[in-house]
Amino acid sequence: MDINILIAIATMGGLGFIFAGALAIADKKLYVEEDPRIAKVNEVLPGVNCGACGKAGCYDFAVNVVEGEIAPSGCPVGGQEVANDIANILGIDAGTSTKIVARVLCRGGNIEAARKMVEYRGPQTCSTMDLVSGGTKMCQYGCLGGGDCVEACTFNAIHLNDNGLPVVIDDLCTGCGMCVTACPRDIIELHPADREVFVFCKSHDDPKTAKEVCDVACIGCGICARKSDGGVIMEDGLAVIQWDKFDPDKIPFDKCKTSAICYLREAFAEYQVEEKKEASRIAPEQNN
Amino acid sequence: MELILIFLSAALVNNFVLAYFLGICPFVGVSNKLSSAVPMGLATTFVMVITAIVTWLIYHLILVPYEVEYLQYVSFILVIASLVQFVEMFVRKVSQPLYRALGIFLPLITTNCSILGLALFMVLKEYSFVEGIFYGVGAGAGFTLAITAMAGIREELELADVPKSFRGAPITMVVAGLLALAFMGFAGMITV
Repeated sequence: MDINILIAIATMGGLGFIFAGALAIADKKLYVEEDPRIAKVNEVLPGVNCGACGKAGCYDFAVNVVEGEIAPSGCPVGGQEVANDIANILGIDAGTSTKIVARVLCRGGNIEAARKMVEYRGPQTCSTMDLVSGGTKMCQYGCLGGGDCVEACTFNAIHLNDNGLPVVIDDLCTGCGMCVTACPRDIIELHPADREVFVFCKSHDDPKTAKEVCDVACIGCGICARKSDGGVIMEDGLAVIQWDKFDPDKIPFDKCKTSAICYLREAFAEYQVEEKKEASRIAPEQNN
Repeated sequence: MELILIFLSAALVNNFVLAYFLGICPFVGVSNKLSSAVPMGLATTFVMVITAIVTWLIYHLILVPYEVEYLQYVSFILVIASLVQFVEMFVRKVSQPLYRALGIFLPLITTNCSILGLALFMVLKEYSFVEGIFYGVGAGAGFTLAITAMAGIREELELADVPKSFRGAPITMVVAGLLALAFMGFAGMITV
């Protein structure tokens, strides 16, 4: 065997051994006692490193919880169950973790919203529709129905109903906010799961346009705002709920002609949720 | 004088990030806040100086005498990886606050190509031991300067009315390009 190879092997092997030995000694000498509770907390966390808590990952969250920087209920994915586990490990009160879920604030599906005269035949994703022509509906503010939020959801918690609108399944939704980012029209928001009433519209159109464009648009009449004692305010032709002052009992739901403000359980009740279709996002073939 | 020229050359004229395009990953990834960009720059400088010292010793005391210079790539990678690991342990033991401030950045430096680039350039330019140290300090200062400037600009950009499609990564690339263009103004001033 060529002597050069042996020298090369010896050099690299020697260097490797020296550094490995130095690191092994350093590891013993410079060992830092870590709080054993951090590892325990880390074990009960979901471990998906989604970042919904605002920390760099589950381990970082564990470190912060043990140090008392965050409440045990700070993990929105784990919910109350994980909060209780962490509280047991740390021997403190869990605090109540309010479940946060995504809410789709648009009711203008294929049936309610007026269609454009022209047909959209591009890729069936909201982001392209929004960039190219604004999709098939007249409304410039509402849901495009392309299902970008469905695609974005890693927990399989959003599906389109047969009216072409996304519906959130509360039990599966973790409030991570991926759909909020994915929606180019910003109609998805994160809310505590116990909120029942929403203004299901984001349209700032004037009353006439709003009425023409969609059957369930907020036309900006302001009736709900006048009766609500500050619970609802009007912003540029759109009713916006002020959650700290909001009281659903003061809202005259029957006075809202378009039912833009209504109970969540009624908002999408008439429609069935479709199964998630894998192949539906390819552009329809052109017939010449 | 020669030493100062080497320092200035590495820091400004042949800036590792903006002229050689080395270490782009942390330059783009860790430059969104000044408070994290500065520690990253300092940590990189620190590792660069130590790397310059140790790789010079290994090259001239081991690789050259045994005529195995071709092993420089492999051995330098080994040296850098072990060094960063060691520095991380040391910092953790000595100063917890500093360890937490550096956080993920220290391990990131292991795979930073500007460190390996520094070690290889030093061999290429046949620097002496002292020159090598100055080269390391200069390269580190240049990296810190670049990443700090970038972070400062990006913090201001947060307030600017950037067109929607340019927000985030695209405008960062544009800024990085302009910054590199600005540093091209130094080109050819010093050839060391």
